[in-house]
Amino acid sequence: MLTRDHVSFDLENGEGILTARLSGEIDHHTARIFREEIDRALLRETPRALTLDFSGVGFMDSSGIGLIVGRLEMAREIGATLTLSGLSQRLCRLLELSGVDRLCGIVISKSTEREDLFHETEIRT
Amino acid sequence: MRRKSEPKNHMSCELRAVSVNESVCRAIIGVFLAPENPTATELADIKCAVSEAVTNAIVHGYGAGNEGIVYLGAEIYPDRTVRITVRDKGKGIEDIALARRPLYTTDTSGERSGMGFSVMESFTDRLRVLSRPGAGTRITMYKRLS
Ligand SMILES: Nc1ncnc2c1ncn2[C@@H]1O[C@H](COP(=O)(O)OP(=O)(O)OP(=O)(O)O)[C@@H](O)[C@H]1O
Ligand SMILES: [Mg+2]
Repeated sequence: MLTRDHVSFDLENGEGILTARLSGEIDHHTARIFREEIDRALLRETPRALTLDFSGVGFMDSSGIGLIVGRLEMAREIGATLTLSGLSQRLCRLLELSGVDRLCGIVISKSTEREDLFHETEIRT
Repeated sequence: MRRKSEPKNHMSCELRAVSVNESVCRAIIGVFLAPENPTATELADIKCAVSEAVTNAIVHGYGAGNEGIVYLGAEIYPDRTVRITVRDKGKGIEDIALARRPLYTTDTSGERSGMGFSVMESFTDRLRVLSRPGAGTRITMYKRLS
């Protein structure tokens, strides 16, 4: 667990699946912190799948889109898939707006577990 | 959408162009608009649009390591239209129409998506961009609260 500014996340690595739980606000200021921590873990663990869990994210702007696209490229480099989970309706709107979903082949489907979290999203790399 | 009437409230402030002030600007605009009771979506839209404009001033206007001031202003009109201004005295934009295109970015780090202007456009009712190379950029956004 790491806490700096309003940002915290932890990483789970089992069966080659790395899950990064992002929480707090994702803007240009905090994106750098997320980026550094995720990339460090990616290079250390070289998982076959990376999941970014956004269920704890209260705010995100286009810096978050850049963060996702950048991690997609990192994942591709090491041959890992990327899945986005816990996206709120608002975050989905931002992803759709940016066309990142089309660019990356994101699949948006309804989450059944929690009402306030709408989507489980998979990016096929 | 030029307002003939006087604003019923206004504010303006100056902040150092450092990234920590992106969240500070979102908080300021949130507090300023609170008495108007905007909906959660309206507030989130406005905060996101402000965040985009302020980030652009810091990242592109001044650039990393450069000193500068970001000017944030807001006015509320009797018809509940909010006008927000974000201004920098940075390097300015050569081709505004090009800069406003979705996915257009001059960033080379691979960490920017070129979606800032598109976000500002879709989360507000109207976006005006005034800029002069070498002089700076002024972003004006309008949004009418329900
Ligand atoms: N205040 C500014 N001063 C100088 N150039 C700017 C300013 N704002 C925007 N620009 C230029 O316009 C381009 C597009 O801006 P936009 O916010 O849409 O995308 P971005 O900032 O590059 O990426 P993103 O916002 O998705 O992280 C920028 O890459 C930059 O070249
Ligand atoms: Mg931007």
